[in-house]
Amino acid sequence: MATTIAVTAPVRAGSNGMLIATAVMAIVLALAPFVGIYPVFVMKALCFALFACAFNLLLGFGGLLSFGHSMFLGTAGYVCAYAAKSWGLTPEIAIVLGTLASAALGAVVGALAIRRQGIYFAMITLAVAQMMYFIYLQAPFTHGEDGIQAVPRGRLFGLIDLANPYAMYYTVLAIFLLAFLFIYRIIHSPFGQVLKAIRENEPRAISLGYDADRYKLIAFVLSATLAGLAGATKAIVFQLASLTDVHWTMSGEVVLMTLLGGMGTIFGPVVGAFVIIALESYLARFGEWVTVITGTIFVVCVLAFRRGIVGELSAWWSRTRS
Amino acid sequence: MNALKQSLLALAIAGTFVAGTANAQISDNVIKIGVLSDMSSLYTDLAGAGSVVAAKMAVEDSGIEKRGYKVEFVSADHQNKPDIGSAIARQWYDTDKVDVIVDVPNSGVALAVSDLTKAKGKAFLASGPGTSDLTGKSCSPNTIHWAYDTWMLANGTGTAMTKQGGDTWFFITADYAFGQALERDTTAAVQKAGGKVLGGVRAPINTQDFSSFLLQAQASKAKVIGLANAGGDTTNSIKQASEFGIVKGGQSLAGLLVFLTDVHALGLNTAQGLIFTETFYWDMNDQTRAFAKRFAPQDKGIHPTMVHAGVYASLIHYLKAVEALKSDDGTKVIAKMKEMPTDDPLFGKGSIRVDGRKIHPAYLVEVKKPSESKAPWDYYKIRATIPADQAFRPLADGGCSLVK
Amino acid sequence: MQALFGQLLIGLINGAFYAMLSLGLAVIFGLLNIINFTHGAQYMMGAFIAWFLLNHVHIGEWQLGYWSALLIAPIVVGAVGVVIERTMLSRLYKLDHLYGLLLTFGLALVIQGLFRHEFGSSGMPYQMPSQLQGGLNLGFMFLPIYRAWVIIASLIVCLSTWYVIERTKLGSYLRAATENPALVQAFGINVPRMITLTFGFGVGLAALAGVMAAPIYQVNPLMGADLIIVVFAVVVIGGMGSIMGSILTGFGLGVVEGLTKYFYPEASNTVIFVVMVIVLMFRPAGLFGRER
Repeated sequence: MATTIAVTAPVRAGSNGMLIATAVMAIVLALAPFVGIYPVFVMKALCFALFACAFNLLLGFGGLLSFGHSMFLGTAGYVCAYAAKSWGLTPEIAIVLGTLASAALGAVVGALAIRRQGIYFAMITLAVAQMMYFIYLQAPFTHGEDGIQAVPRGRLFGLIDLANPYAMYYTVLAIFLLAFLFIYRIIHSPFGQVLKAIRENEPRAISLGYDADRYKLIAFVLSATLAGLAGATKAIVFQLASLTDVHWTMSGEVVLMTLLGGMGTIFGPVVGAFVIIALESYLARFGEWVTVITGTIFVVCVLAFRRGIVGELSAWWSRTRS
Repeated sequence: MNALKQSLLALAIAGTFVAGTANAQISDNVIKIGVLSDMSSLYTDLAGAGSVVAAKMAVEDSGIEKRGYKVEFVSADHQNKPDIGSAIARQWYDTDKVDVIVDVPNSGVALAVSDLTKAKGKAFLASGPGTSDLTGKSCSPNTIHWAYDTWMLANGTGTAMTKQGGDTWFFITADYAFGQALERDTTAAVQKAGGKVLGGVRAPINTQDFSSFLLQAQASKAKVIGLANAGGDTTNSIKQASEFGIVKGGQSLAGLLVFLTDVHALGLNTAQGLIFTETFYWDMNDQTRAFAKRFAPQDKGIHPTMVHAGVYASLIHYLKAVEALKSDDGTKVIAKMKEMPTDDPLFGKGSIRVDGRKIHPAYLVEVKKPSESKAPWDYYKIRATIPADQAFRPLADGGCSLVK
Repeated sequence: MQALFGQLLIGLINGAFYAMLSLGLAVIFGLLNIINFTHGAQYMMGAFIAWFLLNHVHIGEWQLGYWSALLIAPIVVGAVGVVIERTMLSRLYKLDHLYGLLLTFGLALVIQGLFRHEFGSSGMPYQMPSQLQGGLNLGFMFLPIYRAWVIIASLIVCLSTWYVIERTKLGSYLRAATENPALVQAFGINVPRMITLTFGFGVGLAALAGVMAAPIYQVNPLMGADLIIVVFAVVVIGGMGSIMGSILTGFGLGVVEGLTKYFYPEASNTVIFVVMVIVLMFRPAGLFGRER
């Protein structure tokens, strides 16, 4: 029997509410630099929001907890940074290369891990991620602890100079929104429905004739690819690819963002990412309190706040309406 | 001249004076110093909160505030991650109007901060990091590297020990860029001084157990075992070396990057006999002792390391340059700092080279036996002094673009 | 050839340490189906209690510190474990196991952060107890007495734990309670209490490993953080239901790692994970495990 994470916030397919919310989010983000919010902060949050959305696709909708997602974030980051710096490729090609590298890694790891369930699945992903960490630590092209630095932002399509903060910002926003809409489409497609069915009751789905493993593998690869997109974009924005992105604590962070925001909801991971990134920026002064507070949030969420911010909000909304 | 013309003339003259001084101005009328350090992990004790203390002491001792300048501080924890460090630095420069960043232990973060500082035209006084690339192929007109670097450590310990009889070496190296660089530079120094490297082993970083590697080192019968690693790896290897009786068996242990606080964490029982190079020790002369006496109570009793001393000395010199120029424009101040010879209570008289390298003498130290230590933090005996002009990598060898 | 023997012996010693370390985790997962990510932090707490007892509690002139710590640290940390289980973990039993993992992960972060705040990160000096200092010259290597003690202590602890769980009545109640709690409870056995005590016992084992580690590894707040992943790998390879599996895998890993350190040291960190992936591909429940 498949062990699944209980997801309590149901997804209503394609309602107007969702589209309006997406539009509002897009407008708010588009205007953010003009109201004095530090654009670099928002770009960081957007990259992590994309990472969390990709993770949520696998966890919230696929019911699979991967404890090694950092390997996809980091692999794409390294490949993209190397392509942009050492091969001098334009940013959009570098990002695509990074994303493809993560997709390939996702296919390989997925093939290994997907046959296992629950904790074994999590452990395999953790083990492979740890292996990747050590490989990147020693590989000469990553420069180990220093990371790949001074990655050029380049000219998008050879035309738009991304060193201009506005150009960079809107590029990142565009990438995020496109990926977000893509995830939305996946979830509300027949594929998404089958995936949910598998998450809820795998034996029944198999008895209906669906190849559960194949669906789960596709979900895994999609999740890996989008996580890679986040990592590659991040490398261009910050002009840096480092070991932090492949360390297992990064895998823990994305779990936290998704959990806090609301697993199985569309906007949950975005909210969770923004909250956590804001918290970390604010607390940067306080050194190790960051880990203590992060840990406390984990504990509180697991014990009393399992639906996450968005999950609780939509539960409250349905209660007040009925 | 009638009264009207006189007053107009006086007004005009006064106006030009005001306009003249307005050109050379401190940005926002505040000198804002950012102490970017590791406040929560490996380097907390050798830098961390102590660097903030050292920075404040520097401002106090320079007396600059009494002469009408305003100084403000910010500090943050880069957690040894280049992405966090560069994000903080970027925000400091962009929105918080920070003029100069100091400290930054961790070479990866320092390289990122150095690039950023160059792009924004600010100043970076690096006393924490080790990589000699900061004044080599990654040198910058906005960065000054104080205290120590990997070339100096390798050369100091390697040459001095070989000359003192430790002419066969075996390396235990942390298998990443920093460790490999230390091993490479020390090997070169040892061979140049007439010694031989008998072998070495590469251990992954954050190895807990060195017993297997120490066994190989013992088997090699090299007179010196060089530890090309840092932080927890170094303390673990030293602790276990003591367990396996390495020093008692007649071999010497040479740490290639060891700080006063590491010795304190190990205890003299374990660390006795360890040999390494530093550029500052609190118990060297009256001036350094006076500094330590003021510093320690403000930093939980920790006595100043060469990183703390570097933060203090670099800021003293920076503030002198700012006053001389009446401006805190990063590029200009750094250029001025290279022009002016340095003189501070901790490193004495010295100078800064065109590639940004601060030059001062280095000291080969040996950790005392517990019986030889008279007071807490009385840990070192100075075995040799390496004069300033020999301690650091020759100017031409670095590959720095600023060296013509 | 001689050098190889020395490396093998060292590998065995490390293996003994890994075995003792993974024992607590194996007990907790094997019997209670709880993934205790806090294991590394509890190991660290054990070492810190040992340090505290040595440096701040003086009982006469003898270094009573180490020997008393072997008893006191597991009890204290075990008690903390009991509190954690009663107040937080027990609420999660009806949910998916993975919530337990996330809770203990969060707790590990909190504990490590607090210790780092209080004690910094350089580590605290911890002296080898005088009775165990020095070593024996075995010809092919110099064997520190302390390391020999680690093998002996580890074998005693591991084998006695295995014996209690697999061969005694108490152990059989415990194993039955895990498979069918309602039925066992119907027989009048207080199942929740047994679970709590078992959890406390597993946590205590972690602390015991911490005390044993204090003289050889640096006592610092992060000492458990990276070790925990290796320990997980050991338990997973051994088979998550099997105590003997973890013990044998612990020893085996020590030897494999020792040989890797000799022939290809750069890979000594990754070899365990490679082994784990290979084992899981062919024997999904681990070497000795039973598929649940």
